[in-house]
Amino acid sequence: MSAHDTAVDGQRPADDGPSSADDVLEVRHLSARIAGQTVVEDVSFTVPARGVTAVLGRNGVGKTSTLRAILGLVERQGEIVLGGTRIDGERTDRIVRRGIGYVPEDREVFAGLTVAENLRLAERDARVGAARRELVAGLFPDLVQRAGQRAGTLSGGQQQMVSLARALLNDNRLLLVDEPTKGLAPRLVAEVADALAEAAERVPILLVEQNLEVVDRLAERVVVIDAGRVVHTGPARDLLDDPARVQRLLGVHAETAADDPGDTITRAPAGPTTEEVTG
Amino acid sequence: MSTVVLLLVTGVGLGALYFLVASGLSLIYGLMGVLNFAHGSFLTLGAFAGWAVARAVGTTSWAGFALALLAGAIVGALVAALTELLLVRRLYERHIEQVLVTVGLSLASVALFEGIWGPDPEFITGPAWLDSTTSLLGAHVPNDRFVVIAVAAAVLGGIVLFLRRTRYGLIIRAGVENRAMVTALGIDVRKAFTVVFAVGGAAAGLGGVLASQYFGYVSPHLGGSLLIFAFIVTVIGGLGSLAGAAVASVVVAVLQQVANYYWGYGDLVVVLLLAVVLLVRPSGLMGRSAR
Repeated sequence: MSAHDTAVDGQRPADDGPSSADDVLEVRHLSARIAGQTVVEDVSFTVPARGVTAVLGRNGVGKTSTLRAILGLVERQGEIVLGGTRIDGERTDRIVRRGIGYVPEDREVFAGLTVAENLRLAERDARVGAARRELVAGLFPDLVQRAGQRAGTLSGGQQQMVSLARALLNDNRLLLVDEPTKGLAPRLVAEVADALAEAAERVPILLVEQNLEVVDRLAERVVVIDAGRVVHTGPARDLLDDPARVQRLLGVHAETAADDPGDTITRAPAGPTTEEVTG
Repeated sequence: MSTVVLLLVTGVGLGALYFLVASGLSLIYGLMGVLNFAHGSFLTLGAFAGWAVARAVGTTSWAGFALALLAGAIVGALVAALTELLLVRRLYERHIEQVLVTVGLSLASVALFEGIWGPDPEFITGPAWLDSTTSLLGAHVPNDRFVVIAVAAAVLGGIVLFLRRTRYGLIIRAGVENRAMVTALGIDVRKAFTVVFAVGGAAAGLGGVLASQYFGYVSPHLGGSLLIFAFIVTVIGGLGSLAGAAVASVVVAVLQQVANYYWGYGDLVVVLLLAVVLLVRPSGLMGRSAR
């Protein structure tokens, strides 16, 4: 069955007509290749201008590659529209300057630079930066105390704070946040989720996340990817309240994941699930 | 004792020349992953530019020498920036093509220089003080060695300040670690590429003027002969490490001078040192383990 054959949730498929004016990002027929291998194939979805949209899926299905393709960090084809403007032909730095903040998987802080230098590097506009610096200092007071410390010597949680702070320092129209709780202790997971919840009040977030408890707390909408294709989109609540569908789409029991933040869908059995497709 | 002092100072002076070439090579490789085989051409052109300016102003005057240094640095920076903009920029991530183009440019530029200035060395003289010696712990050390060392130290200090105190320096340091993430912060890293080429070219141009003073001549092959050792220094120091390049420059040059004086096999000893470093510590003295 094709990935776009059915719309069981009764919603408009993402590639069926123009996006709503309330959408900040529209992705149409996006494909991406890494080292000659297709890792994302004909993916279409929209991101509303408010709240958190979570991208879900088993390990290795193309979630991270989708975010990287939106930014032009991997070879890609398809249409990407940010706030009504096509950006798929642009370089990564220009796309970002249009107002996309990126929090990559594994943080990717600059280990040899201090915390302050990491943040200074990320500031695109010094005029905006002054107000944003206060926001970041309020969200992550630990970073203020560690301003002179090399980022490579920080703990994983602190590095995640730096990575989030870099994105929050700018006046963005959208944040792409990739597995921000990966490898963090439960207490830090809660802190990161708090920071994302506060950020989501100011800017929409497209969030790749394996921890369903975090998804449950933050996301209003989900996009499920399997084998490089979108197999489900819709309200997060609809998916998470349906354990059978969670099991089928993500290969994990929703309650199990929600009870234990460290329990992710990585335990899910392999195998594509493509029968359930919505816009 | 005087022999040891002379060998040490002369070795450090030669190391200073190596560093002026290697610093640019190391920065360019560290940020862009480009092995720039045309770097010697920047040095040679800087040397000829300096020579031309010095002849116009007066080769034995300090003003002529100072203007020669300035001209060498400016010409080196301009040619390096143009090389990056016109040739190398199109070839990022295409390493084989980069090597072919920079090697080709290196060979073509030597032929061009021979066409313009002839294949033979042009012997030069500088201010009288540079050609005389200073007595140091019993050794009569040529004064030009002190000048080369001082200029290289100033270049090292200047590059360190540039890297630590300026936004471009910050971008370059971050780019050496993770170029893709720098672009993902909305920074056009290509401008930093051009700046790094220009800084490296300026250092090489300065090195060209000082090398012509050190060796007493300028020739189309000046850059090529120094480039070989600069590459060795860059590998031993650790590709991408400025501090590594500085330390390795001095170690290699002093070892080379000592081995040349006592056994006459200085170049062989340097190659053996390179082999040992590659076997024992492939990332170099201060380099990262893998790129």
